[in-house]
Amino acid sequence: MRTIVAFWGGTFRPGRFNFFAIGAGFIFQTAFLAMRGHELHRCPLTNLFEVLIFLAWSIALIYMVVGPAYRLSLMGAFTAPLVLIVQGFALIAPIDIRHPVKLPPNPWLEFHASMSMVAYGAFALAGIAGVMYLVQERQLKTHQFRSIFHHLPPLSDLFSAITRLLWLGFVLYTLGLASGFFVGQPLPRVQVVCAVAVWLLYAAILQGKYLRWLAPKRVAALCIVAFSAALTLLWGITFSAQLHSIP
Amino acid sequence: MNLFCVGLSHHRANVETRERFTGGSETDCLLRHAGCAEALVLTTCNRVEVYGAAETRVTTEEIAGCLAHKIGPNRTGGSSEDISAFYRYEGPECVEHLFRVASGLDSMVVGETEVLGQAKKAYETARTSGAAGACLHRLFQRAFRAAKHVRTHTDITRGSVSVGSVAVELAVKIFGDLAGRKVLVLGAGETSERTTRALVSRGVTDLRVSNRSLERARELAALVGGTAIPFDSWPEQCREIDILITSTSSEAALLMAENLAPMLRERLDRPLFVIDIAVPRNVDPAVNEMGGVYLYDIDSLQSVADQSLALRRQQIAAAEAIIAGHVLNFKETLERGLNWRGSSATHPNIAENPLRPSEL
Repeated sequence: MRTIVAFWGGTFRPGRFNFFAIGAGFIFQTAFLAMRGHELHRCPLTNLFEVLIFLAWSIALIYMVVGPAYRLSLMGAFTAPLVLIVQGFALIAPIDIRHPVKLPPNPWLEFHASMSMVAYGAFALAGIAGVMYLVQERQLKTHQFRSIFHHLPPLSDLFSAITRLLWLGFVLYTLGLASGFFVGQPLPRVQVVCAVAVWLLYAAILQGKYLRWLAPKRVAALCIVAFSAALTLLWGITFSAQLHSIP
Repeated sequence: MNLFCVGLSHHRANVETRERFTGGSETDCLLRHAGCAEALVLTTCNRVEVYGAAETRVTTEEIAGCLAHKIGPNRTGGSSEDISAFYRYEGPECVEHLFRVASGLDSMVVGETEVLGQAKKAYETARTSGAAGACLHRLFQRAFRAAKHVRTHTDITRGSVSVGSVAVELAVKIFGDLAGRKVLVLGAGETSERTTRALVSRGVTDLRVSNRSLERARELAALVGGTAIPFDSWPEQCREIDILITSTSSEAALLMAENLAPMLRERLDRPLFVIDIAVPRNVDPAVNEMGGVYLYDIDSLQSVADQSLALRRQQIAAAEAIIAGHVLNFKETLERGLNWRGSSATHPNIAENPLRPSEL
């Protein structure tokens, strides 16, 4: 909000505020997840509320890991609203419904779920970098520049970040997906289909990029579409898991 | 001690008038003949100003006389009409004026930063010669601080305001690091040479120059450290280059969308930045509709420069507010009388107290 107001008033100055603000939020999220995990004696991914808080935590985690490394100006300003929306929805919507969990804690299942959620964090950051790319690209194409133009990173840097984040997310998601086969119990068919669909979606984007079928602008746009689709499928996965009372 | 500023600038004096008041030994004249205790002459392309401190009032005519070498051993130039072009600021007004000048607010191109370097150089010259004492030391150090504050807390210096620098800024916003980027210069005119030099200054090393006259292409290539390409083979270069600069005198467009389309399919993952500075234009405007191609003609570049200037102007109010704060703070220092009654003795080590390295 501070960044948006600063841009609106033409007083924005690049700084570390966004990093530290997200960092402070990350600490609170970690504390909440730790307490909930302690209470449940398992990874806190038993309902949609916990899934969304875990997703917001994953986005903040990936931002804090890659944000300073990629040195992408304004990435924090674009990340914070997404974290706010995801977490705000989780806190406002009546979705923190406790279901009786019939199954005992399963390390493979918890690894599968948590790794997939961290991968979602990387996909979210790729989508955010995609938004930044499209904003900057549009300004360059239309020759209409706003104050934000001077603060956004170059297109090539944004595209490199998108590529790395896609790979990071894809590798983590593949690990999460593969670990699902070691759970030792049959997972709901809807859950498997949705998870494989997300994996195929990102595999197709990476394939299209490396075979040069997709221009950078299209990759950026697809990152946003893919994350939106993945979020929808995540809902399906969580709903299906709740029906089967599996964390 | 009275602090004052007397000067001429582009606001009120044309270049002929300004050049009549620039010389080499004004400071000596100001100190010896006009009665200044401290004096500093700031000369830039757009202004000639004297900042001084004196126990008694030094008239504008005396200052103008020194600047025009009418007082002292060299007596030349300077009419009464010229004197009316001078402005004069005293006390807090002088402080505010210097802070505005150092911050680039009084410049012809608002927000330009060259004037700050020139002010630092002028101060350093006056300090080493002993012409600047405690008053001017404090004044200029605070001016540099105010200018830095303005620069880091507003967008007053953001964006490029000349065609060449706009082209470079856009290239950086597309490609990031320009080292290793391939540039083709089509047409060996003066404008393309300036733009090419601006790109070279940002790290471009792979330059290809093509012109109808191969001889002229070779000349420009030698000047910018590039390679001359025969004119009939330039279209093939579009497969591998990153930046194309066109400035030929061709009446018809040389690069059409339909010619570029097959080459773009081979370089889908690499953007192409086309700078068309020719009039009439060398590149079909429809090229800008193609994915991954960013076409800027001379009007677009000028428009970007104008947008940057407009953005800078929007920042003037914020910059003025910062300056007002610094002026108020400096005025309080002045009223406390900490720095004005004394000489350099109250500021020990001023002669050995050059600008901090960060300020040079």
